[in-house]
Amino acid sequence: MAVLTIRDALNQALREEILRDENVFVMGEEVAEYDGAYKVTRGLWKEFGDKRVVDTPITELGFAAVGVGAAMAGLRPVIEFMTWNFSVLAADQIINHAAKMLYMSGGQFKVPIVFRGPNGSAYQVSSQHSQAFEAFYANFPGLKVVMPSTAADAKGLLKSAIRDDNPIIFLEQERMYGMKSEVPEDEDFTIPLGVADVKREGTDCTIVARSMTVPLALQAAEQIEKEFDVSVEVIDPRTIKPLDIDTIVKSVKKTNRLVIAEESHAFASVGTEISHQVMDKAFDYLDAPVKLLSTAEAPMPYAKNLEALALPSVEGIVGAVKEVCYL
Amino acid sequence: MPKAATRQKPASKATKTSGNGTGEKPDTVDKSQVTDFVDVEKATAEYNDRRESQLESIKKTDKKVLREMLYQMVLGRFFEEKCAEVYRTGEIGGFCHLYIGQEAIAVGSMMALEPTDMVITSYRDHVQAMIKGITPEGVMAELYGKEGGCVKGKGGSMHMFSKEHEFYGGHGIVGGQIGVGTGMAYAAKYKGSGQVTLCFFGEAAVNQGIFHESLNMAQLWKLPCIYICENNQYGMGTSQKRAMSISSVAKKGDGYGIANEFVDGMDVMAVREATQRAIDRARNESLPTLLEIRAYRFMGHSMSDPGNYRTRDEIVKYQTRDPIVLFKDSLDEAGVFSKKDFERIEQEAAEAVEKAVKFAEESPIPAESELFTDVYA
Repeated sequence: MAVLTIRDALNQALREEILRDENVFVMGEEVAEYDGAYKVTRGLWKEFGDKRVVDTPITELGFAAVGVGAAMAGLRPVIEFMTWNFSVLAADQIINHAAKMLYMSGGQFKVPIVFRGPNGSAYQVSSQHSQAFEAFYANFPGLKVVMPSTAADAKGLLKSAIRDDNPIIFLEQERMYGMKSEVPEDEDFTIPLGVADVKREGTDCTIVARSMTVPLALQAAEQIEKEFDVSVEVIDPRTIKPLDIDTIVKSVKKTNRLVIAEESHAFASVGTEISHQVMDKAFDYLDAPVKLLSTAEAPMPYAKNLEALALPSVEGIVGAVKEVCYL
Repeated sequence: MPKAATRQKPASKATKTSGNGTGEKPDTVDKSQVTDFVDVEKATAEYNDRRESQLESIKKTDKKVLREMLYQMVLGRFFEEKCAEVYRTGEIGGFCHLYIGQEAIAVGSMMALEPTDMVITSYRDHVQAMIKGITPEGVMAELYGKEGGCVKGKGGSMHMFSKEHEFYGGHGIVGGQIGVGTGMAYAAKYKGSGQVTLCFFGEAAVNQGIFHESLNMAQLWKLPCIYICENNQYGMGTSQKRAMSISSVAKKGDGYGIANEFVDGMDVMAVREATQRAIDRARNESLPTLLEIRAYRFMGHSMSDPGNYRTRDEIVKYQTRDPIVLFKDSLDEAGVFSKKDFERIEQEAAEAVEKAVKFAEESPIPAESELFTDVYA
């Protein structure tokens, strides 16, 4: 096992897939000569050149469309959005075109494409650069939505995403690019899409967390165990769509309590969806109402104190667990 | 090649004259340009001027090709007339945009392609689909929402596709396919396949951002894509004059250094020759072209169009330039086909349409299990 940052794990996945399949190429703003706005594509242009690593003009709708057309015609593009906030400009291509193409062509035209980049908040970048889009994209049949929280997951899931024949929304997190963890060194290491991971086993309460809230949930679990002797299980679905609800339901049937922590807004979120599905499948097992922690229902403020207040925190998760455990 | 069949402007010249500070008059709407929006007389005069060279060009063209061109135009016309008829009886649902009046554009341009070349278009796609190789049965059954439809009843009027025939679909979002077509051309260049992409869209799509983003990338990356603006002069009920600050779509190519031509869309031979030049540019130099092909939509935008935004006189005036009538006149004058030949072509087309309707009627409705197939690969 090598210890890598999430950034380097993603970089390795891209590099290995470019080497593995001549139809894989990376396209986006500043991905080539600049080495990537967040350095995820560092060194790739120098190694592979203009054909495989392509700088685009600032034209999100345009290069998303080029990706969709190229995928229909047999290539496997990896399209980087400098942040997912900019994907809104390209939403027509992602939602109206990529997501629908296989269906409306009666199964004839696949769109094997990965749209990837950082999602959610960063460091004081304010309203237009801090949004989390998983619920938005997960709402449309035809798209798969992936959100890794560790270096190994980042690498294994990105490789699976590139090899998948469907359009994939691959959501990274800027605050997490520098986080380090162990990654298997096998070049054929992949993690299947649609399989949740139990990040910490426990018996008294389940926390479902994803992306940025996974490390927060793990910290909260440690703290609760120490202070209250409560054993917390932390589950990371890793793939939002398809959602591995069975792993979550299994855990809830064991712990009888559920807290969901997420970086998106709460209204019509992935958290509310999970809450609904758990109610549907494990209603009689719940000993307390499901508690949902999300980003505050306001655009993201700039001021450091307000930003911290808006986002889910370790303290918030601890409080939520105490609440569902009636502590 | 007939002289002055089109108003051509090479890219090299275009790039020199584009931009500010050239001393040229700013390109905003003035009276002389406004009259160009709807000017049947001018188009007729230009057509008459190049008639002789057109006839020569017809004489030089393989008779089989000419026959196929006329057949496809007539088939397209009859097919769409039948669609209007069965739409009114409720056999076809949803939106249904007919191609009547624009046949010379699809036929003239697509008949210049190789079978391996790629085509993508908007929601007005029945005729392009058939020219590319989808059978009239496959298109009609799709319109009927039947299992035998070319996309199994999942797309309807706006979404005909055929992977086998390199037909990348009819698309329902105005302009969306311009970007997708650009990506198809990108893939052809990436793979070195030698394929050319024909990308059709209406003039109203030119006002969408994707048109401009696509043209910029196509010239920047030298993509073998031919952008065909089918200028039927109305975006739904809004005339081009009420929607576009300048009258020339072709000229917009200058802003991106893209070779561009204005073509008379009622003259199928002119369309074919202009497209051939663009194909040569794409295949030999890997360069894009923007063709503005001006026609006129004889029917409403869709079957639910009240038509209250234009006069009957205007439609009648344009119908004097019916592309099928003009082509038949020229073929007649060039002595290529006899009256009997014309009758036979029309009879074949009518039979093909009847056969398509019969197939569509008899095809079963899709199985309920089809609702959930093809959502994911």
